[in-house]
Order: sequence, then structure tokens, then C-alpha cells
Amino acid sequence: MTALARTDGLVAGYDGVAVLRDVSFELRAGERLAVLGPNGGGKTTLFRVLLGRLTPLAGTVETPASVATVPQTDRSRLDYPVSALDVVLMGTIASRPWWQRPRRADRVAARRALERVGLADRAGATFGELSGGQRQRVRIAQALVGDAQVLLLDEPFVGLDAPSSAQLEALLADLAGAGHAIALATHDLAQARRWDSVLCLNGEQIASGRPAEVLTEDVLARTYGGELVRLHGDLAVLPPHHHHDHDH
Amino acid sequence: MATVLHALSAPWSEPIVRRAFLEAALLGVAGGLLGSWLVLHRLAYPAESLAHGMLPGLVGAALLGVPLLLGAAAGLLVAALTVALAGRVALVDRDSAVAAVVATLLGLGIVLGLSPASPPGIGSLLFGDVLGVTDGDLVAAGALVLVLGVVLAVAQPRLLAVGFDGGATLGLRAGVVDALLLTLLGATLLVAVQGLGNLLVVAVLLAPAGTARALTRRLRPMLAVSVAVAVAGAIGGLYLSYYARTAAGASIAAVLVLAFVAARLATYHRTA
Repeated sequence: MTALARTDGLVAGYDGVAVLRDVSFELRAGERLAVLGPNGGGKTTLFRVLLGRLTPLAGTVETPASVATVPQTDRSRLDYPVSALDVVLMGTIASRPWWQRPRRADRVAARRALERVGLADRAGATFGELSGGQRQRVRIAQALVGDAQVLLLDEPFVGLDAPSSAQLEALLADLAGAGHAIALATHDLAQARRWDSVLCLNGEQIASGRPAEVLTEDVLARTYGGELVRLHGDLAVLPPHHHHDHDH
Repeated sequence: MATVLHALSAPWSEPIVRRAFLEAALLGVAGGLLGSWLVLHRLAYPAESLAHGMLPGLVGAALLGVPLLLGAAAGLLVAALTVALAGRVALVDRDSAVAAVVATLLGLGIVLGLSPASPPGIGSLLFGDVLGVTDGDLVAAGALVLVLGVVLAVAQPRLLAVGFDGGATLGLRAGVVDALLLTLLGATLLVAVQGLGNLLVVAVLLAPAGTARALTRRLRPMLAVSVAVAVAGAIGGLYLSYYARTAAGASIAAVLVLAFVAARLATYHRTA
């Protein structure tokens, strides 16, 4: 499979100060990658580089495919006067010249994207009235309608109930099956073990590769330090107590 | 029935009142449209700050005998710069700094206005003189409605996306969009301040939009209701002023604020 995103010796940070070093990995079509690491470990910084919003301090980054991010929905305003379809249509803005309003083709594409995420029947619903899982899927549809090949998701399962989580995981598997590449920042080790590959970050790249080979006790200890606990014989990460705004 | 019709049509027989109706309706359309976006982008407070902070410029122009438009433009520029600078002072939080600056500018304007050198009619700078509008004012208000209508319609998709979540995930720059809104606000204040006054122009900008926000769940109905409320309130306020012999600008503001309070009360259960 072809690489949709690739970094080599990537160093990134803010105001010339590196917060993430030596990241070399490849994201291929159809691949689901779990990005693990403590808060401040560099997950969000890596995503900003992949989106082209942060220039690397050193090393290279190649993104031959279009990359889109799926934001956490708690950052949007739930009392805002938009429908699910309106939110998906926002994803078509970049494809038009600045003076052009949404065309019929844009609306058709937006409806198709909603269908793709299983929400065709909720197109007219007010965004804020949807459940957390549905809002997450509307955001994925927004990324899809902009023709994104690579989807970056920042802890999308936080706050979802079990059925919503299962639905979202099935959708991501379905999208990967259709050739999209998915990178997902998460603290859920059990989920990461089920995915195609993992990338462990803690200010630098600790490890990357297949979960079964990479997720050893030693790697996890170096990734998470003291935040790691043993639950029923399995390693798990302590639930984070933080607000995402300060997460680098 | 005939008396009602007569009561409604009587004010229209006077050319001065006819102009006032037209000016109020045009400013209602402008305020209803722009105000909706200001409310959705949480710019109500900056809007109020700019409107009130420009008073020294208006009074200064009256004192110096230069055109009010010039004074309004200078006043806006000074208010915008001081508000922007105050927001960067680290000693106090942003809102407090802006409040202090606006109170100072408003006070300065009133002190200047009360000085013995100031010409009579300073009150119309605060409360407007919608009965004194000229043909030039009407043309300016018409042009304003045209410009706002076109610019806001073209920018609508971006305005909607940036107001929703800042637009960063779509690669949109919120600063550019907010700067556009504040520029349009400046133009609207320049045109509207002579008719509605420095204190009352804010009512036409924010009260109809707030009313529409409470009553609607989608953008298009919100814009439509906001414009309808603004125009109806402006015209209703003029009738009130005609028959109750109250100040025109203040009557318009009173009707609009009452509509806002009524809409909020009627939909209280939705936000509670």
C-alpha cells in the first residue's frame, strides 16, 4: 500500500523550542494507527505538523494525500443555529473560490457523506441536539466531504457510551477498509492493541510498529512513566485529569 | 377602523416623518443583518464598546465645526485603538480594561459636550435626531444596506463556520473574519450614529438579533426575524414617538428592548 503520510527525523515545537524529536513513521492507505503518549507528549504537535499548520524545526514530513482533523465536539457551540447538514457543508468551503456559495453538488456531496457515517436520517437535526457519538460522526462526515484521505482524531472516544463507541469504531474500520488512513490519539491501550499499528510518543518517538511487537511493558513504562497502572493483569493508563487546550 | 387607519397614516403626511420612517427602516435592515452576526460571533460587547467609545470624536467634531462624519471616523479609530491596547495590558483582565477605557471615553465625550464652548444640540449626538435626516443620510443608509447585504451574503459560509467553532479545523482564519465584521460595524456606526445617536445605535444592532436568536433555531430564519423585528421596532417606535411625544431614538430603542425581553421570557424554558 502507498504511504499517505510520512515523517523522517521530524523535530517540531514552538518558538524554536522542540517538544517532539526524532519521529520517523509511515501511514499507509487502509491503516489505523493509534498514537499513544502522555499529555504534553507531542501527539497534538505531531497532528499539527501533519495538517501543515506547524513547520517542522528539522527533519521532513510528506503528506501526498489530503489530511483533515476531526476535532473534539466539546469545542463547538451546542446552541449554535446549524443543522447536521450545515456542519457537513462547512467542509466544502475550501473547495470553492471565496466568493462562491455552496452549490447543488456540494449539498449532494454533504448528504452522501452523512449517509456514509450512518446519519442520513438526521441531516435536518440541530447539531447541538445530537448525541456525542452522532456529533463525532458528523465531524467525520465534514472531513470526508472535503475529500480527506487521512483522518486525524484526537481522543474521539472520550465521553462516549459503549454503543456509541462501538458504532464509531465500526465506522473507522469501514473507512480504513475503503482506503482511508486513520491516526487516532488515545489513552486506551486495549483499543490500541486491536489496531494495525501504534506510535508511542513522549517528547520523542519511543517506538512504532505492530501493537503485538511494540506494546511491551518496557516501551509503555518509557512512554507513560508513572501514569501507568496494572488492571486485571493488563497495563492501562490512568485516566487523564486535564483540559485539552494545554495539550501539546 | 377608519380612525385606526387615520392614526396609522397621519404621520406620513409630514415629509419630515416620511424621511424618518425610511431612515429608521433602512437602519433596521442594516442593524438586523449585521447584529445577527455580531451576536453569533460573540462580538456584542466589542460592538457596544466601539459605539460608545466614539463619542469624544463626535463631540470634538461639533466643537471644531468639522463634519460629524469626520469626527465619527476619528472617534471610531481612537476607540478601536485604545480598546485594542487596553486588552493587552497585563495588569487587569481584558473585559475590565475595555470597560475602563469605554467609560473613560464616554465620560470624556460628555465633559466636552457640557463645556460652555459646545454648541447646542449635543444631546442629538447621544440620542440621535432621526427627524432631522437629510437626503444624503438616506442615500448613505441605502448604500450601507446594499454593501452589508452583498458582503454578508458572500461571506456567509465562512462567517457561519468561524462562529461555530473558530474554523481552525477547516483552516479558516477567525481573525480575518472577525476583522471583516468589525469593519462593517465601523461603517454601520458611521452611518447610523447621526440618526439613532451614540447611545441608542447599539439597541438597533443588538436587540433585534438577540430577539431572533431566542426565537429561531436556524440561520436563515434568524436573519429574517432579526431584520423584521428591527424594521418593525423602528417604525413602531416612531409611531410611539409621534403620538406619545417621546424622543424618536429613545422610543425606537424602548420598543426593541421590550421585544427582546418578551422573546427571552417567552422562550425561557428553552435555555433554563
